[in-house]
Amino acid sequence: MTGNMHLGVEEPIRECQYNQICTHNSSTMDTPHTKKKKIKRKWQVFPGRNKFYCNGRIMMAKQTGVFYLTVVLILVTSGLFFAFDCPFLASNLTPAIPAIGGVLFIFVMGMLLRASFSDPGVLPRATPEEAADIERQIDTANGPSGPGYRPPPRTREVLINGQTVKLKYCFTCKIFRPPRASHCSLCDNCVERFDHHCPWVGNCVGRRNYRFFYLFILSLSLLTIFIFAFVITHVILRSNRTGFLSALKDSPASVLEVVVCFFSIWSIVGLSGFHTYLISSNQTTNEDIKGSWSSKRGKGNYNPYSYGNLITNCCAALCGPLPPSLIDRRGFVQPDTPQPVAQTNGTGACPSNQVQSHMTYIDDEDCVNPSALMSLDSVSSAKAKHISR
Amino acid sequence: MSSAPRTATERTKLPYCHESFHNLQELRHSASLANKVFIQRDYTDGTVCKFQTKFPSELDSRIERTLFEDTVKTLNNYYAEAEKIGGQSYLEGCLACLTVYLIFLCIETRYEKVLKKISRYIQEQNEKVYAPRGLLITDPIERGMRVIEISVYEDRGSSASSSGSSTTSSSGR
Repeated sequence: MTGNMHLGVEEPIRECQYNQICTHNSSTMDTPHTKKKKIKRKWQVFPGRNKFYCNGRIMMAKQTGVFYLTVVLILVTSGLFFAFDCPFLASNLTPAIPAIGGVLFIFVMGMLLRASFSDPGVLPRATPEEAADIERQIDTANGPSGPGYRPPPRTREVLINGQTVKLKYCFTCKIFRPPRASHCSLCDNCVERFDHHCPWVGNCVGRRNYRFFYLFILSLSLLTIFIFAFVITHVILRSNRTGFLSALKDSPASVLEVVVCFFSIWSIVGLSGFHTYLISSNQTTNEDIKGSWSSKRGKGNYNPYSYGNLITNCCAALCGPLPPSLIDRRGFVQPDTPQPVAQTNGTGACPSNQVQSHMTYIDDEDCVNPSALMSLDSVSSAKAKHISR
Repeated sequence: MSSAPRTATERTKLPYCHESFHNLQELRHSASLANKVFIQRDYTDGTVCKFQTKFPSELDSRIERTLFEDTVKTLNNYYAEAEKIGGQSYLEGCLACLTVYLIFLCIETRYEKVLKKISRYIQEQNEKVYAPRGLLITDPIERGMRVIEISVYEDRGSSASSSGSSTTSSSGR
């Protein structure tokens, strides 16, 4: 009975396995244009919760719905302004108005896209050797602990410009975070000089894109005020000629623009003001909210990163050198380099990995590893296991 | 020509740079990795990129303290140059801002230029100083600028030098 079952079941299996071997071989081994296994780019095996586009050139957070809302709002409002208000204003006042509006609009979109698409300053996770080295250092510092006992939070203290700063250990990335770095729980990455995670921009705001974010909100506040002012001007000029209600009937888009601008101005101008304060005192949103450098914490508490001078702080934040991305998204994964520890894995796993982990049993859906099929014994025993389940 | 050099110190005196490059290749493929030493960042000056110059005890028998400290200090100087806030960086920043940062599609940032200098320096240091001593420095950019990773290769002693001498003798002629 079992023998028949084996025979009856093995023959079709062998056939479909033979087919699978063929396709497996031809796709990865002997065809001239794919002589070796497909090499992945680093973004495809990136451990954080980010989305990548354009083959790794664009990097965003996982949730991007609000970002599209931002883009739509800006495009629609500006589009309506250029289509309905600008012709009147250009002919009756000056053509400089649409010109300046155009420049502002391009600047706003440029800064938004730059802030959204660039790497905010993500710190790559530790390689296994680095993680082991740090563990050893911590163990020698803390003393050995029994199994099952979680040691106290790992911190290192460092003296920066006379102020004691605690460096915390990140359990996900297995590194001691540099000062001012923080782990974003939404993106599951440690980010240098972490400011905040902005859903409107669809990305974290950190060291590498803070200036783009700031210029975005600054130019957006100018654009919003600009549109608001000139739409009001347009409606007033029209109502001087034809009356208020007919003016509104002639350009209905103006009403929508005024409403959008009115509600946006408060938040955006407020945010710009807040970030201007942060830049001038060289603090991050994170530090300000926690009150890290507030004098309320202690008499000798001051910000060790501030240059002391308002102008220097602003210039350093906006015109300082732009550091490069540390994660090398478009680089190729070297087969012999150790991959960093990944907590959320499986998204980038290539099929051969899955195959090797399934070598002990054969599932009909999976592409079967050809070397595992060389011996019929393994096939029959595996199938027996499958049947017995 | 006299017999090919047998010891590492003799090999470093060779005039050909491709001889030491052979050492680097040998090191990677024939010697076995014994240990990795990590030089951590020094945050006492803030968030600028600077590495600790403290000499690690694992390298005590492998390299002279002064050579190691020179390497780290030169790297620190390079990074300081890259992150320096001054006239040139302001000019670059303002120009970039005016062009909506599209100018970086055409030209390299100063930081990227200095990083290239750093990688050339590390390559040169590996060839001239570290590989003959069985050590290899990994560029910090490949480790997220967190550490300078120094790979310590097992000193094979006479077997390495004999295989080395055969390759050098064949290439030297």
